[in-house]
Amino acid sequence: MTDALLQVQGLTRYFDVSKPWLNRVIERSEKQFLTATADVSFEIKRGETFALVGESGSGKSTIAKMIVALLEPSAGTIRFDGQTMNFQSSAAMRALRRRFQMIFQDPFASLNPRWHVGDIIAEPIRTFGLLRGAAVMREVGRLLDIVGLSSADAGKFPHEFSGGQRQRIAIARALSSKPEFIVCDEPTSALDVSVQAQILNLMRDLQDEFGLTYLLISHDLSVVRHMSNRIGVLYLGRLVEVADGKKLFTEPQHPYSRMLLDAVPDLALSGRRRAQVQGEIPNPISPPPGCAFHPRCPLAFDRCRAEVPQPTPPPGGEAACFALGRSG
Amino acid sequence: MAEPLLSVRDLVVEFPTRRGTLRAIDRVSFDLKEGEVLGMVGESGAGKSITGAAIIGLIEPPGRIAGGEVRLRGERIDNLPPDRMRRVRGRRIGKVFQDPLTSLNPLYTVARQLTETIRTHLDVNEKEARRRAIALLDRVGIPAAARRIDDYPHHFSGGMRQRVVIALALCAEPELVIADEPTTALDVSVQAQIIDVLKEICAERGAAVMLITHDMGVIAETADRVAVLYAGRLAEIGPVRDVIKEAEHPYTAGLMGSIPTLTQTSDRLVQIPGSMPRLNAIPTGCAFNPRCTKVFDRCRVERPDPIDRGSGRQVACWLYDRAEARHD
Ligand SMILES: Nc1ncnc2c1ncn2[C@@H]1O[C@H](COP(=O)(O)OP(=O)(O)OP(=O)(O)O)[C@@H](O)[C@H]1O
Ligand SMILES: Nc1ncnc2c1ncn2[C@@H]1O[C@H](COP(=O)(O)OP(=O)(O)OP(=O)(O)O)[C@@H](O)[C@H]1O
Ligand code: SF4
Ligand code: SF4
Ligand SMILES: [Mg+2]
Ligand SMILES: [Mg+2]
Repeated sequence: MTDALLQVQGLTRYFDVSKPWLNRVIERSEKQFLTATADVSFEIKRGETFALVGESGSGKSTIAKMIVALLEPSAGTIRFDGQTMNFQSSAAMRALRRRFQMIFQDPFASLNPRWHVGDIIAEPIRTFGLLRGAAVMREVGRLLDIVGLSSADAGKFPHEFSGGQRQRIAIARALSSKPEFIVCDEPTSALDVSVQAQILNLMRDLQDEFGLTYLLISHDLSVVRHMSNRIGVLYLGRLVEVADGKKLFTEPQHPYSRMLLDAVPDLALSGRRRAQVQGEIPNPISPPPGCAFHPRCPLAFDRCRAEVPQPTPPPGGEAACFALGRSG
Repeated sequence: MAEPLLSVRDLVVEFPTRRGTLRAIDRVSFDLKEGEVLGMVGESGAGKSITGAAIIGLIEPPGRIAGGEVRLRGERIDNLPPDRMRRVRGRRIGKVFQDPLTSLNPLYTVARQLTETIRTHLDVNEKEARRRAIALLDRVGIPAAARRIDDYPHHFSGGMRQRVVIALALCAEPELVIADEPTTALDVSVQAQIIDVLKEICAERGAAVMLITHDMGVIAETADRVAVLYAGRLAEIGPVRDVIKEAEHPYTAGLMGSIPTLTQTSDRLVQIPGSMPRLNAIPTGCAFNPRCTKVFDRCRVERPDPIDRGSGRQVACWLYDRAEARHD
């Protein structure tokens, strides 16, 4: 057995974005598909935080939803603790579901506004039949305490809380089924920085205490650097680089990773001169052929326009690029 | 001393509601020099946008400026009749908002919007207006500007649209540009391009910029001075380097420590307990006092006004009051 808790292999997801049938017939247009995730493979080790970064539309949430079984992959496999997830068998999925949970970006939308906070947190406990009777509310009180709220808050409604407190409630709920693995999709991007710090510190404390494994999704490179052991960089649905935590920041391999790092405004007042960032993200419905990054890449050459680069493993990480090692 | 370009004194903005009047801006004062970039930061709801809206006379009724004054080169502009304010807005103060679509009319071509604005405010003929519009589009980085100018806003990508908005804000050659979160809706790799363009062109044309953002990194790289707002009040203002490297106000200091950076080495982020109060529950005395680690009796009773700290810095905190220093 390896120490990988999650293994994702060749994960792919298409969305049908065609016009309605009648329009297609009249306009003689083809069906159109958008590739949100293309052939993505990575592993997450037990107890680590693996992060996915990428700009809007790069496919982060699509991957997250497939991993927590909210969305079925078009191709590829997901193995959790050695067991391949079978989207056809609801009994098998149910057994797995208790072991992973998800925290979403918008702490308001993810909490039912008409339920008491106590019931929101208790729901997974009841669904999975983990506890009964008075023990349920005792556990809810304990969870509220862990996330820095109080057991008296169980009787309140979500709207009585601030954004940061609501995210704490969402975390308490995610913890209630005693999961091993939590997928956090932009857990702090709706929060203010002073509150973000509280939540990030809390996530780390909980990881230490309960040995949790995280998949952290964010577009904020500083947050990702602060939290992660390993980082995957996505561009237009493809994983272009996987690197060890801080190494991505000191020795980025892929030209897109370098460009992204260059673009981050720097609080350190180092006065560094940024390289000019080129172009914008292309339309995902008709991505450029070959390496999808080639129209913006300072190192692009003929081969990049024709062939899709596969990940090549340099020590400590991997990147998908034909020009690895060359600087630009 | 030269007269400041913009001078805001004791600005108060109030919103009457069914449950009483909310004071969103409470006696805020600051100056902006010619050609200067002033950053305005603060957490969500701190009053950044309302401050900007008050300066350009865009507070939505029943909200109103309930006190103080705003002067542009010495002339009061907070009490101008609407038609005169509209002229100030287009001609002397340009605006760039977060969502480019709210600043652009979807029914008109970019050419029409630019030339109309130019001809409303400057005495030039149609041909000259078009020539200037194309030159400006070219300058903000729209490829093939002479051709693209006849396109409609929805033909442009998000980043390109924001470039058009910048061109629109600058086409009447204003003295001041108010940019409210101009890049928040854009992707990381595009944000840096937009900020660079905005800053460069304003510098070329000698326009001052009030840059509203919650991103301290952007401020660090872009602004000359920074104003920190908290609960509708000014906590600290001063040269960017001083405020970031040696924040004096306990809130600013906490804020700086809570932001993960690309170079930090510590494992834990500084954490400010609690969150910013709502407008209907601002504590008496110093608005920050329930969250402040340095709070003392006076803070709970008396509100601190900004105290001059030399070299253009002001800090609204009793720790810096002479009378307190004598007590120690
Ligand atoms: N249900 C859907 N139908 C059609 N297209 C979809 C659907 N869900 C996602 N997409 C598309 O798939 C791509 C990836 O979307 P995804 O939400 O995974 O991106 P993301 O990286 O999470 O972006 P963001 O940072 O904006 O949350 C996008 O182009 C998106 O428009
Ligand atoms: N029309 C309104 N009626 C009542 N209160 C309002 C109104 N508009 C704004 N406010 C309040 O004024 C305060 C300041 O709002 P403002 O939009 O200036 O915040 P901000 O600092 O720009 O925040 P953000 O970072 O979220 O944009 C907020 O508490 C807000 O709720
Ligand atoms: S494969 Fe080619 S285009 Fe793609 S990142 Fe590498 S050098 Fe650039
Ligand atoms: S005035 Fe008092 S409460 Fe306010 S910031 Fe200063 S020390 Fe803290
Ligand atoms: Mg997403
Ligand atoms: Mg705002």
